[in-house]
Amino acid sequence: MASLIDRLIGRNTSSADAAKERLHLVLIHDRTDLSPEDLRTMKDRLIDVISDYVKIDAGETEIQIKANGREQTLIANIPLRNPRSR
Amino acid sequence: MNGRVVTVTSGKGGVGKTTTTANLGMALASMGNKVVCIDADIGLRNLDVVMGLENRIVYDLVDAVEGRCRVTQAMIRDKRYETLYLIPAAQTRDKNAVSPSDMIRLCDTLREEMDWIIIDSPAGIERGFRNALAPADEVLVITNPEVSAVRDADRIIGLVEAEEKGPVKLIINRINPAMVKRGDMISAEDVVELLAIHLIGIVPEDETVLVSTNHGQPVVMNEKSQAGYAFLNIAKRLNGEDVPWMELDEKNGFFNRLGKLISGGS
Repeated sequence: MASLIDRLIGRNTSSADAAKERLHLVLIHDRTDLSPEDLRTMKDRLIDVISDYVKIDAGETEIQIKANGREQTLIANIPLRNPRSR
Repeated sequence: MNGRVVTVTSGKGGVGKTTTTANLGMALASMGNKVVCIDADIGLRNLDVVMGLENRIVYDLVDAVEGRCRVTQAMIRDKRYETLYLIPAAQTRDKNAVSPSDMIRLCDTLREEMDWIIIDSPAGIERGFRNALAPADEVLVITNPEVSAVRDADRIIGLVEAEEKGPVKLIINRINPAMVKRGDMISAEDVVELLAIHLIGIVPEDETVLVSTNHGQPVVMNEKSQAGYAFLNIAKRLNGEDVPWMELDEKNGFFNRLGKLISGGS
């Protein structure tokens, strides 16, 4: 509630919001045993493999882990390039 | 009789496991239950001083497990409630003196006589934690609204779920409503969202906890204490009662709204 008011009047993020945001990321990596570095490597390798089959827009590709309760899901958003537009 | 074994754990030290164990034990006994609290922190005995029973120890957990005394001889009767007992930890022994199967055997014996067996787990994720977890029918994870405690609680919840122990229930200890209100403390709602487990209690930060503990009187005996009241509510919820969430901040009704949110959401 306090953080909402802070945002409305343009104050910086509250320390509680900072703690929550940091915890959110740390817990995802603790639960999956996957470091941010590993996630980046996996993303690069996925892009390589997929590129062998279809043209993709590597710059727009997003791979992230989302928490749903205590379950984690790997979400990949990989835009395909239209072959005829080349 | 078929007593329930409740293990109180947290991962991180200093978040309030021993205080919670002593208070829940006393609250359940005050409601007429037969309760035994077990200090599973071998080498770092503490539950005895928090319960004010340190001068009555003759035998301890290791003596009972190794057969140097009968289990009933290691059970110290409380001076306030005659249905409350403590089995103290050994102070001078190696923490490997007790195994998870010893704890299961001990608790199976205690279940026959007691309604509740409450185990105070040591901090960490090693042998002592495994000992405390092995006989558990349910697990209470204690955390504080700070990043290190929440992170360790998440790790512990993961380990408990991997062992298929549970249900796991969360107690958030030392919430300071004024700090939450000004955005300088993670709210109980946020902790529940991050950890995604069932909440059984919120205990406010309260000076009366330390004052009571100084006297060896669990704070639940102090009827004017908010923290004591919160522990009593947790004991009632463990006992299957549907207790409304207490309001700790009259001005914005934070706890009241939280309670509605939680009971509506699950």
